[in-house]
Amino acid sequence: MVLTIKDLMSRERTYLPGSASCPGCGASLAFKLASKVLGRNTVYVVPACCFSVIQGPYPKTCINAPLINIAFAAAAACASGITRAHKITGRKANVVVWAGDGGTVDIGLQALSGAAERNEDMIYVCYDNEAYMNTGIQRSGSTPQKAWTKTTLGGKVQPKKEVPLIVAMHRVPYVATASVGYPMDLVRKFEKASRMEGFRYIHILSPCPPGWGMSSNKTAEMGKLAVDTCFFPLYEIEHGKLRVTVKPRERKPLKNYLLAQSRFRRTLSEADVEELEKEVVKKWNQLLELEKLDRIV
Amino acid sequence: MGEWKLINANQAAAHAARLARAAVIPAYPITPQTTVVETIEEFIHEGIMDAEYIRVESEHSAMAAAIGASASGVRTFTATSSQGLLYMGEVVFWAAGSRLPIGMVIVDRAVGPPWNIHTDHQDAMSQRDSGWIQMFVSSAQEALDSVITMYKVAENPEVLLPFMVCIDAFILSHTYMPVNVPDQAEVDSFLPTYRPPHWMLDPDLPVDMGNLVMPMEDYMEMRWSIHTSMEKAKELLNQISREFAERFGRDHGGLVKAVDLEDADVAIVSLGTLSSEAEYALKRIDTAKTGLLKVRMFRPFPREEIIKLLKDKDVVVVLDRSISFGHSGPLAMEVRSALYGIDEAPKVVNFIVGLGGRDVTYKDIVSMVNFAIKVPEDEVFPCYWYGLKDRIRSLRLKGVI
Amino acid sequence: MSESKEVEMVLPISYPSPGAMGKTGIWRVFKPVIDLSKCIKCWQCWLYCPEDTVVMEGDHPKIDYEYCKGCGVCKEVCRAGAISMIREGG
Ligand code: SF4
Ligand code: SF4
Ligand code: SF4
Repeated sequence: MVLTIKDLMSRERTYLPGSASCPGCGASLAFKLASKVLGRNTVYVVPACCFSVIQGPYPKTCINAPLINIAFAAAAACASGITRAHKITGRKANVVVWAGDGGTVDIGLQALSGAAERNEDMIYVCYDNEAYMNTGIQRSGSTPQKAWTKTTLGGKVQPKKEVPLIVAMHRVPYVATASVGYPMDLVRKFEKASRMEGFRYIHILSPCPPGWGMSSNKTAEMGKLAVDTCFFPLYEIEHGKLRVTVKPRERKPLKNYLLAQSRFRRTLSEADVEELEKEVVKKWNQLLELEKLDRIV
Repeated sequence: MGEWKLINANQAAAHAARLARAAVIPAYPITPQTTVVETIEEFIHEGIMDAEYIRVESEHSAMAAAIGASASGVRTFTATSSQGLLYMGEVVFWAAGSRLPIGMVIVDRAVGPPWNIHTDHQDAMSQRDSGWIQMFVSSAQEALDSVITMYKVAENPEVLLPFMVCIDAFILSHTYMPVNVPDQAEVDSFLPTYRPPHWMLDPDLPVDMGNLVMPMEDYMEMRWSIHTSMEKAKELLNQISREFAERFGRDHGGLVKAVDLEDADVAIVSLGTLSSEAEYALKRIDTAKTGLLKVRMFRPFPREEIIKLLKDKDVVVVLDRSISFGHSGPLAMEVRSALYGIDEAPKVVNFIVGLGGRDVTYKDIVSMVNFAIKVPEDEVFPCYWYGLKDRIRSLRLKGVI
Repeated sequence: MSESKEVEMVLPISYPSPGAMGKTGIWRVFKPVIDLSKCIKCWQCWLYCPEDTVVMEGDHPKIDYEYCKGCGVCKEVCRAGAISMIREGG
């Protein structure tokens, strides 16, 4: 079954309006879409991240599903406990980690790797806003090269950590990247993941207006441009077989994406843009090479 | 009833976890805890225990997984030690704050550096304020029985707090003793199936556990609630321990256990296996009538028992196998604060002993008691280091004997 | 505690409710207004709204102004140009 917009619209809400997210929050959009696919029979685990705040303060929550907040480094481990408890109680429910990039690629990587290696039955979602936004915009391992944050005032020196591929190397059944700029691609990936068993990982690029330095109405556009410039390619790896799910007919110039965000605008020279563009093209071609393989792992 | 086995306290704890029907056991290996989880692995492998064993990648993850499992409404067990407990620390607090009745065995081991795998209580003391119920035991049998009792206290709807049973590394963890392992049916009738509260992770009744709370909202009330439940746990532990003693014919005491204390003038107060050694020392002290108060429960602290049983003593000798650097032993602090303000309160003399597994024999305890009797009231130091090497002792420093 | 009364447990548990952060509609600076005569009912506004505050009324989209935060994403994705952002209180 392929879900349509109308199908999604008829689904019950897990994400209730009146949350604490900033206007135009990509992470909220990602959650709204994912939770429509996953449905009410889902248990969420949230480590420290923007979503710890987005839920809204006690005694209310805008998440209409069981959810447990857990320490920063511990999301995948906590979810492992839940999925094993379900084995004991016989409950059939999705167990979903909903974590930011810090809680995934930095402090939470150990627990993520452990759960992936054990092939725990869960969907681990990283909504990637590419920095520690909740604490006021500090660099994470997922911050792209050259991006300004409050701890990379001259732009980040190192490139972004490729966590989806790192997770894929654990030989888990499913890994995918997604972007809120391609919502139906995202929806399809959640649909696919939710029908599988074992460890599934979905990494969603989630534009963040205050953190990226853009106005709140640009969320969809930036999410789309990231893909159309091949800056953030969309692919999935099913049992080791990689497939690029969105191939721009004509790749858009990278500067359209970078210069629309002040986190790049303030650090980039023209030469930098060229340099980054070369890198993007190189990585895109590598990805197309990987796609030709029977299995990448 | 039951079956006699020659096992160590780690194996006894594993038997207890099996008999308590712990259903999810996330654990990470650390010396000297390993045989707890290896024994559980054997039980599961042999098919005599039906549980999910999660071989996690760290102690931090072990407790996080225990939280996830417990929040899903199943009985959960884990074990750790020393560095492992410290690494776990963040989530140890999280478990208590989440009000989840997780059970854990701590095989008390010194904290590095330098590396030292032998016993002291510094690890457990570091978690004193975490909101966990903390109990120290002094035999393998007591370890087994306490792990079973632990769940009955922790899961009480008015308590709902995690519980750690602390056993001394090697002295208990690797020493084989005859232990009566009860039958499953006996344990089942004492400890019923876990009935989780309604606010668990259940898609039919969604709740959000642990989301943000503002200062004007209930954060402070939640802390007060943990404190209140600790008080409740005190009442219950005494009651449940009595019930256990009646059913199983073994009485380890409640919050405390007094030995020859009633008409003694001097009281020794200690935790864990120091208590066993002190019990042996009692008959060899000829300078004063001396009794013993084994403190089993460290949190909640048995303040009332301490006052009642110690207020009329002349001298109270507190043996601490850990040190709050810059002050005194943690147990002595609690005993002093309990006795504070009492008319003609006893002289409390604190000894720091046995750190990093240094041997403490009954002879040492006899000489500490003799020293304590003689030291003038107005000269008592916050703590005395006993058993340091001659090199240090020859310096004749205050507080070193 | 001298008398053992049943005491209330204060738990770190919250319950789902719309408006967990209050009526977020008051955050708006600009208000999205749909011109139904231009609307082609493609539902892109629904799909992309981060707050799930575009709702279906009958067969057309409607904005839940109680909670819409006024981000303007819906306007950007509406290819029919049916949504305009109007300054609040203007
Ligand atoms: S800081 Fe960014 S990710 Fe966080 S709530 Fe605001 S928009 Fe969303
Ligand atoms: S996006 Fe525009 S045209 Fe499409 S349903 Fe919404 S208002 Fe109508
Ligand atoms: S302005 Fe933003 S929050 Fe309001 S309806 Fe449009 S997309 Fe949703």
